[in-house]
Amino acid sequence: MTEIRAEMVANVWKVVAAEGDTVADGDTLVILESMKMEIPVLAEGAGSISRMAVSEGDVIQEGDLIAIIE
Amino acid sequence: MPSGRHGEAQGRGVAWTEERRRSDEGRRRLKAPRSRAASRAGKLPGVPESVLIANRGEIARRIARTARQLGARVIAVYSEADAGLPFVAEADEAVLIGPAPARLSYLNADAILAAAASTGAHAIHPGYGFLAENADFAQRVLDEGLTWIGPSPYAIEQMGDKIRARNLMADAGIPVAHGSSEAARDAADAVAHARRIGYPVMIKAAAGGGGIGMTIAFDDDQLRAGFETARSRAERFFGDPAILIERYISSARHVEVQILGLADGRVIALGERDCSAQRRHQKLAEETPSPGVGAGLRERMLAAAVQAGEAVGYRGAGTVECLVDSQTGEFVFLEMNTRLQVEHPVTEMVTGIDLVEQQLLIADGAEVSFDPGSVQPSGHALELRVYAEDPVRFLPSPGAITEWKEPVGDGVRVDAGYAAGNVVTPHYDPLLAKLVVHGADRGQALDRARIALGEFVVAGPKTNLAFHADLLNSREFASGDYDTSVVSRLRP
Repeated sequence: MTEIRAEMVANVWKVVAAEGDTVADGDTLVILESMKMEIPVLAEGAGSISRMAVSEGDVIQEGDLIAIIE
Repeated sequence: MPSGRHGEAQGRGVAWTEERRRSDEGRRRLKAPRSRAASRAGKLPGVPESVLIANRGEIARRIARTARQLGARVIAVYSEADAGLPFVAEADEAVLIGPAPARLSYLNADAILAAAASTGAHAIHPGYGFLAENADFAQRVLDEGLTWIGPSPYAIEQMGDKIRARNLMADAGIPVAHGSSEAARDAADAVAHARRIGYPVMIKAAAGGGGIGMTIAFDDDQLRAGFETARSRAERFFGDPAILIERYISSARHVEVQILGLADGRVIALGERDCSAQRRHQKLAEETPSPGVGAGLRERMLAAAVQAGEAVGYRGAGTVECLVDSQTGEFVFLEMNTRLQVEHPVTEMVTGIDLVEQQLLIADGAEVSFDPGSVQPSGHALELRVYAEDPVRFLPSPGAITEWKEPVGDGVRVDAGYAAGNVVTPHYDPLLAKLVVHGADRGQALDRARIALGEFVVAGPKTNLAFHADLLNSREFASGDYDTSVVSRLRP
């Protein structure tokens, strides 16, 4: 199981993958926006997304859970 | 001093003192003919009595400094996220215009015009970004009977669309990059343009700026893939999905020319700035003079920039951006920024001219405070943009600033938007401060910059200060022989 967490305070701009999706290592899960920059959050390892913890428009803090891949 | 708090706290060096002396002279010269009781209509040209600064951070503070020195009342507008920043505290008056998101505050024209009305502002300075290049906003400011500190809405509009601007420049005989003379309608149309122009091509938002939405494509597949992304970003960031396809010059320097359209209609050029040190097509460091531009090329670029300004009847400060092809040594017009540029201080450091002062004078119909016929740049100046982002991957790093110590020294100037105790929020761009250094020559400027960097302390958010140290110490940058890929070679 891999927990994907936010590295910084950001707004969730786009949720690209959904719960139940199968993803490969490096696939984009969500795209964050912070300081006028888009920051893609990538899957660290292959698997299926058991939980997508954020929605578009959310403000997330550093360390917040974004998704769980199993 | 009209206000000691701001200017003194930052520890300016020699060049800054020189600049302030000139400004003070300008203020004395201007104050004389102005009567306190003069009605606005009857007022002699000089400097607006009050200036509302429709911006935030370092640029709001920098504009305020000159406005205050010239005797104008300074009015700040701010969002809820920025209430604690120095530019708010230092203003003579400050008006809360909305919540953190820019579209509800700094892009909210209604709120800004309401603030201008409630404070009795005479003029609006837009800074850069936000509404600075919004022709409709400029027109609304004028319709309210206020002074717009910028070029005419017409000039903004002509230059705002990159496709229109490059066609206009081509018609005026200025060299432009091979590219589409109309927007690409869809991916197939973009491919047709690219095949005609020849790969590699740059995919650009026609209404864009700041490097946002720019992608390079080396073949049809990359172009098709990049086109849709570029379109959606252009729509999202600029409200206009039009896409321009342009020949990508793989090894080039990004060199821009500072122009000034005077109140009497003349357009003059105040030298160039080299902005080739970029990441993600966004500038990190700028210097003047450009180490890659010789006397002949400089003369031709400055003449073309003046011509570009004349083509739209330009008034005030503007910047003509060009690419200089490293192989051919020739330049092409990229775009014109119809506003004060982030990196304007390097020009100020070598010319001793306060560009914001000239903007205020020109907007009020007055003569500039220097002799346009005898501008003699002296020495070398370098600007390093201090961003709240990690120095390796350049990822944003908002957070609370626990320690902030600016360097002080000969030829050192810091334009900062933050201080200890402030919080850097994720809502706006990551620019914390600009470290600007002047030296008798490039070698001295770089040496002074290295020392100043070592003395600049920011704790809390991660910053790119360590990156700048690497840049200054890199053989490529130090040699002066670098191009727009210098940063990606340093941080592969």
